[in-house]
Amino acid sequence: MIEEKRIVLRNADLIDPEKIEDYLLAGGYQGLEKARSMSSPDLIAEIKKSNLRGRGGAAFNCGLKWSFAPADAPVSYVVCNFDEGEPGTYKDRIIVQKDPQSLLEGMAICGHAVNSKQGYIYCRGEYPYVVDLLNRAIDQARGKGVLGDFDIEVRMGGGAYVCGEETALIESIEGHRGEPRIKPPFPGVAGLWAQPTVVNNVETFTNLPSIVLNGAEWFAAIGAPNYPGTKVLTLTGDVTNRVSIEVPTTATLREVIYDFGGGIKEGKKFKAVQVGGTSGGFIPESLLDTPIDFDSMRGIGATLGTGAVFVMDETRDIVDITTRIAKFFEHESCGKCNPCREGTFRAYEIMKKINQGQASVQDIENLTILSQVMEKACLCGLGQAAPSPILTTLKHFYPEYQARLQLN
Amino acid sequence: MTNSIGELEKDANCIFVIGSNTTENHPVIGMKIKKNVLQNGARLIVADPRRTDLAKIADVYLPHLPGSDVALVNGMMNVIISEGLADLDFIAQHTEGFEEMAALVAKYTPEFVAPITGVPAEDIRKAARLYAESGNSAICYAMGLTQHRTGTDNVKSVCNLAMLTGNIGRPGTGVDPLRGQNNVQGACDMGGLPNVFTAYQAVTNDATQEKFEQAWGVSLPSQNGLVLTEVINKAHHGDIKALYVVGENPMMSDPDLVHVEDALEKIDFVVVQDIFFTETAKCADVVLPSACFAEKDGTFSNTERRVQRVRKAVSAPGEARVDWEILCEVATRMGYPMNYDNSEQIFEEIRTLTPSYAGISYQRIENGGLQWPCATEEHPGTPYLHKDGNFSRGLGAFTAIDYIAPGELPDENYPLRLTTGRSLFHYHTGTMTRRASALNEHVPTAELEVNPEQANALGIANDDMVSVSTRRGRLEMKAKVTDTIAPGVIFTTFHFTETPANLLTSSEFLDPTAKIPEYKVSAAIVEKI
Amino acid sequence: MITLTINGKEVQTPKGSTILEACQQAGIPIPTLCYDPDLRLAGSCRMCLVEIKGRPLYAASCVAPAENGIVVETESPGIVAARKVILELLSARHNFNCQVCEKNGNCKLQDYCYQYGVKESRFNYGEPTNYPINDPNPFFERDYNKCIMCTRCVRACEDISIVRAISVENRGHHAKISTAFDGNLTDSPCVFCGQCVMVCPTGALTSKVSAGLGRSYEVDKVLTTCSYCGTGCTLELNVKDDRVVGVTSNRTDTGSPVNKGALCVKGRFGWDFINSPERLTTPLIKENGEFRKASWDEALDLVAKRLGEIKTEFGADSMAVFTSARVTNEENYIAQKFTRAVLGTNNVDHCARL
Repeated sequence: MIEEKRIVLRNADLIDPEKIEDYLLAGGYQGLEKARSMSSPDLIAEIKKSNLRGRGGAAFNCGLKWSFAPADAPVSYVVCNFDEGEPGTYKDRIIVQKDPQSLLEGMAICGHAVNSKQGYIYCRGEYPYVVDLLNRAIDQARGKGVLGDFDIEVRMGGGAYVCGEETALIESIEGHRGEPRIKPPFPGVAGLWAQPTVVNNVETFTNLPSIVLNGAEWFAAIGAPNYPGTKVLTLTGDVTNRVSIEVPTTATLREVIYDFGGGIKEGKKFKAVQVGGTSGGFIPESLLDTPIDFDSMRGIGATLGTGAVFVMDETRDIVDITTRIAKFFEHESCGKCNPCREGTFRAYEIMKKINQGQASVQDIENLTILSQVMEKACLCGLGQAAPSPILTTLKHFYPEYQARLQLN
Repeated sequence: MTNSIGELEKDANCIFVIGSNTTENHPVIGMKIKKNVLQNGARLIVADPRRTDLAKIADVYLPHLPGSDVALVNGMMNVIISEGLADLDFIAQHTEGFEEMAALVAKYTPEFVAPITGVPAEDIRKAARLYAESGNSAICYAMGLTQHRTGTDNVKSVCNLAMLTGNIGRPGTGVDPLRGQNNVQGACDMGGLPNVFTAYQAVTNDATQEKFEQAWGVSLPSQNGLVLTEVINKAHHGDIKALYVVGENPMMSDPDLVHVEDALEKIDFVVVQDIFFTETAKCADVVLPSACFAEKDGTFSNTERRVQRVRKAVSAPGEARVDWEILCEVATRMGYPMNYDNSEQIFEEIRTLTPSYAGISYQRIENGGLQWPCATEEHPGTPYLHKDGNFSRGLGAFTAIDYIAPGELPDENYPLRLTTGRSLFHYHTGTMTRRASALNEHVPTAELEVNPEQANALGIANDDMVSVSTRRGRLEMKAKVTDTIAPGVIFTTFHFTETPANLLTSSEFLDPTAKIPEYKVSAAIVEKI
Repeated sequence: MITLTINGKEVQTPKGSTILEACQQAGIPIPTLCYDPDLRLAGSCRMCLVEIKGRPLYAASCVAPAENGIVVETESPGIVAARKVILELLSARHNFNCQVCEKNGNCKLQDYCYQYGVKESRFNYGEPTNYPINDPNPFFERDYNKCIMCTRCVRACEDISIVRAISVENRGHHAKISTAFDGNLTDSPCVFCGQCVMVCPTGALTSKVSAGLGRSYEVDKVLTTCSYCGTGCTLELNVKDDRVVGVTSNRTDTGSPVNKGALCVKGRFGWDFINSPERLTTPLIKENGEFRKASWDEALDLVAKRLGEIKTEFGADSMAVFTSARVTNEENYIAQKFTRAVLGTNNVDHCARL
């Protein structure tokens, strides 16, 4: 049986998150100290070598991303994406609640690498109590002087899902309507207030202290070679144990659901699992032996994304769930680009029609072409991923759709 | 304008707007200034008794009292000289008269100027530094600067300021009068003035007179004529017997309308040529219907000296005819045949007599217009004047100018300063815009702007009907209580025949040089009705 | 210069160009709705999508940089299918009453639906758009049932007029162009310059002053210079049947050197005085305090006779001419020539001071 491997949650439940002293006793800020003994290019090279890939969703090589920020920029920013808006995802909250200093240390390491003096944490609007915790943690870190000349400010989101997209997040920090920007320029070149900006997720930042302290080789040897390290997963839905776990990326979905989740609740049968949040694909029983690493998941048309694992048992109505998901995207589309703005709305309307048993094969065809175009044509990840539940359920659970069609 | 409109959007690092409500009166220029300030980071200084749209986005806003412009600018120059911000190289190489000017300005410390202008001394310092230290600084002004008994002094003052800092002769610098009428530049260029032929060639110059006599085949008068305000005053004394008015409406636009009406009544024969039956047409003996801009060919010269085509789009209504044809007909009937086939033929004649227009032809301005001076067919036009500090008269002349108070200051009986101007939605005497359905629907009446403090003291609420009176007359209109106007100052527009604001203004105080009336300051009293 | 392949053809373009610009230089037409060269780019309508070989996503060519060596297809089956879907999505929210629409014949949505054969939308699911059309301003109509959310109006208000009276409110399909708190334009900072009307690609924003007077294909556009203030904006008078029925903008550098198409409320919406029934149409002569109509010959003879008499009796300097800052250079020249050469006085002036 596979075991947990704790890197980002290394201090979880072992220290008092309200006390920086605990964190320091547990070896906290030694990674930052070591990072600061290195030159910026060396530090970036080390992170690149570790092959740490972003834990937010796109899985871009972290060191490579940093290397795009011009080294001589007079002002640059480090932004932590803590918007965690995916339904069923709460791993960043767990990480921060159990060990906030680790995030601050990770951001400061990044600050040293990209020569930035100012960090922002963009926190999900539904986490006001975590904002308070973070502010206390920042005060303590300032008090101890551990951050040096790097400072961090917490900004709170307004509840828009799209602000998890890094450029929409930047717009939101700037005080604008939360809408994604066109890229290029990428934030690394012109991000927050048009300055070079590195945006990483909470989990990415909290990996950094251990990587710096233990070295790139140590990290690269953990888990899958192409996506090394661990992944924090949150199990929800019809699983016996709804827990959060941190496992090496070699773990398979079956191990996650059955070894950690304790299998399906009340002895029922497994039907499907959706990984990576609302925009993740639906995975049938036949693909459960796929490892959770980013590339393997993408291979089966799913996303690892935020590490949400939503398990559905045999009684679940796939069409109804997909309809609800379509409603979510209809609600959360920012409205900037045409295929997402209109597409999410019409997709929901078609799903409603199907769900109500009033649809024809033609409606499903329309839904399919719409979804296929949205995947390729939308401006940002929201619209590109929104059709994924529809397309994967149509692929793997078509009989359930068929059963709903009008008899004609 | 010494410089071009486009430079206000791109090249100017600092813009000093004085006496111009640019976003209302030159909206497209206002857009360009806003773009430069809000998007390109240019700095903005606004001096105006009304907190205009531009004032709201200004780095420094100077709400100076109407008529205190010379004192304000002298104050700024005092700061620039005393803080060592003057461009001494430019002054030495390109100007004269600096010492006299500097000696006079020495007493105009910000503390001395503050009580005259109502502007805090520190803001005068800030404005002076910003203007002097921003790189390329431009000055924009309009009638807020010129319509004073000291209008010429005011203009010379801002010229002093530009020369003092070497802000002339480069893109984004200069002194830019934003001219109010579509072709006021052209009317001046064409010699529609009592002292000059085209291109400002003096009527008193023998060689010039000879040139025009030869071209026109008649002998010409060699003494300066009367300016418009003098004509009205002379008419009042019965010394003007005939007046021919082409597209002007003095019965709305001239100061002290009762005086104007009396004057027109005393003239034996008045001809009015216009597109509408204007207030002035009522006083005429003969009214001649003319074509509007859409109904004729020709050229206009805009405020940046750009000569552009006007093209006929439709026929004139009824029997209306274009203005030049009518005048030619009268001339011919008076025994001086004037025959032209079209406006281009006239333009060709203009070119031969007008050095600054000599290189401009209809063909050359078919696409985009040309800015004079443009002496030859090869000349590309002149986007900005005085390149490298080379002034047309040789050295730029500083003028030492003392502050003179407005002619009619508030007193016990008339305790407020009335100032007048235009609204975004109307144009001058309203002849056109009052008959443009949407504009007139949107803004059908005049309002009197009153500061809230003032309104409170007078017991006036927003939309109350009030009377506003000066020594010349009395009008009734709605009050608009707004904090965009300084206490002690009131404002209204002169577009509305129902409430002709120039019934209130004075023709008594004229600028001695330009003979411009002091529209911008009249002592007034406001009462709730 | 960089080299890329577009539709099998090698194209050279300056570094820093977008794919759209490269296509335009190569004469390859790309449909666009939100793109406007005078405005900040939005990249949001997705009409200009192209396929770049080896990339999983379609690229919006208006914002995608032209990169060395990329292979671009602009009308591949996938792209055509995507454009059709995009047009159908827009059609589903657009009130197609072209037969009474001011913009019929001058509407990009109409043009592209025609070009791509989109006769009806496959996506007419749910309630049709039904926004009230009730902005009381007298200048232009706001019909958001025809809006395709390209946001050109918002960007024009922001980037040309620098007013920011409007923005986007709500999200997703319910996103809508709005003033602050969705009030009337008359209660907003709007200055009614109509730059938004100028850039609107559909019939969502149309002049109320021109309503019903003529469609774009019925009018001749005559480029001329505005007759209000001294800025010297150029504008196009739209003429139908020898009558001015509207004003539009020419946005080229040569056609509009001063204003590049930008106008103010007077220039764009204040033109119908031209057609006013109050225009003077015949000469008038005052007799016994009353005006009566007269023929030109009678009026001109009278003027010439009286001026001649006065000149003889009181001398030339007893006469004066007010010429006008409103009329053309040629007319001012003639007026001062008339004053000096015919009347024999220098008493000529105009309202430069007023």
